[in-house]
Amino acid sequence: MEKDQIIPDFRVVIIGGSAGSLNALMQILPHLCAIKSFAIVIVLHRKSTDEQTLEELIALKTIINVKPVEDKVPFLPGFIYIAPSNYHLLFEKNSTLSLDTSEKINYSRPSIDVSFESAAEIYKNNLTGILLSGSNADGTEGLKAIKNEGGTIIVQDPKSADMPFMPNSAIQNTIPDYVLNIQEILQFILSIDN
Amino acid sequence: MIEDIELETLINEVYEYYGFDFGSYSRASLKRRVNRIYQLDGFAYFYEFLSKIRYDPEYYKHVVDEITVNVTEMFRDPSFYSVVRNQILPLLGTKPFIRLWHAGCSTGEEVYSMAILLKEAGLLHKSLIYATDINAKVLETAKKGIFPLRMMKEYSENYRDSGGKEDFSNYYTANYGIAKFDEELAQKMVFSQHNLVSDNSFNEFDVIFCRNVLIYFDNDLQKRAINLFDESLSVLGFLALGTKETIKYSIAPGKYKQLDREKIWRKIR
Repeated sequence: MEKDQIIPDFRVVIIGGSAGSLNALMQILPHLCAIKSFAIVIVLHRKSTDEQTLEELIALKTIINVKPVEDKVPFLPGFIYIAPSNYHLLFEKNSTLSLDTSEKINYSRPSIDVSFESAAEIYKNNLTGILLSGSNADGTEGLKAIKNEGGTIIVQDPKSADMPFMPNSAIQNTIPDYVLNIQEILQFILSIDN
Repeated sequence: MIEDIELETLINEVYEYYGFDFGSYSRASLKRRVNRIYQLDGFAYFYEFLSKIRYDPEYYKHVVDEITVNVTEMFRDPSFYSVVRNQILPLLGTKPFIRLWHAGCSTGEEVYSMAILLKEAGLLHKSLIYATDINAKVLETAKKGIFPLRMMKEYSENYRDSGGKEDFSNYYTANYGIAKFDEELAQKMVFSQHNLVSDNSFNEFDVIFCRNVLIYFDNDLQKRAINLFDESLSVLGFLALGTKETIKYSIAPGKYKQLDREKIWRKIR
């Protein structure tokens, strides 16, 4: 059943972050209107017992529809998807999302690396990976994978990050296409539909 | 890293040589698991990996164990266990005998969690808990009831959040980094190998747990497994899945009733 599947041709923006990244997102999301040609995926480190708080918080800050992520939900442009707590979020070729409870990666589940690598394999040059504030090295390997597959990688300017460790790790170990502050990241996302 | 086409070759070869069918497993997760073993075991060429699997049955077993091993916790999702404790156990308590099945129990953390709930409700003596997994290695661990001591802090918090009132450390003996759970808890457990891909129903149950197993299956195999549970469940019995799983796409509407917002369904006809 894996045969003859069409590689999805819409664009995907995947955003990863840890400590301090929610603050950055809260400055970006309220300024986004309807997103037509792409989907946004948010992978943040979060408490394993946090059921819905992050989803509710994000939904309050955006007019874009936030789709609840369950196993095998259709993955479509025009929506925001958030990696649920205590699962790794993966991408399937038939434009669905799947979940995995295997070992934590970089002490994290969801792990940013896992989702970035999985998205890179499917969405190739249609993928943009954005890594925000945080205090561990998760995300660096994932950005490498996105770059290898021809995607675009953006790292939050460590000077604008509450926790610069995560962006610094990415800058030291990859060649970002852009290093942007929060306002510039917003402008970048806004420009995608044009 | 192995390519998609190589993964499909591997799936076909394993089926042909050993009769085990990974063809209906979700690809993204399966590919990650296979890549992990490929890298851990230091292969440079796919054909070496493939021929090792083909000609070395011990190595094949190791690969299947590594692919299917998955992480489990005691009292994972405390609110789920709170519903089991407060809404399901009182209903089960009226029965003369209670049969439970943990399908895909892995190393057994959730089986022991359930035994603790049954004991606290005074129902353990009239219960029988079947715990099955496709992986023989994890069942050995589950039988022993030995879990890492470093996890006990988190588990005891989960236990408390699920409504547990006892001192959690009373349920195990700590020793050299391990926590050995009371043998009394394991007395009513029966462990055996069972494959949701190919095996059939083997008994009738009042509750079936299959939490975070279906996420590794594609839609067709999910349907098969859920129908297998349906055949194995008594009327008014309960089916409990993981927090991100559903029976919605697999079972005719009206046959089951969902409890609140939890992923627990009651078979009503």
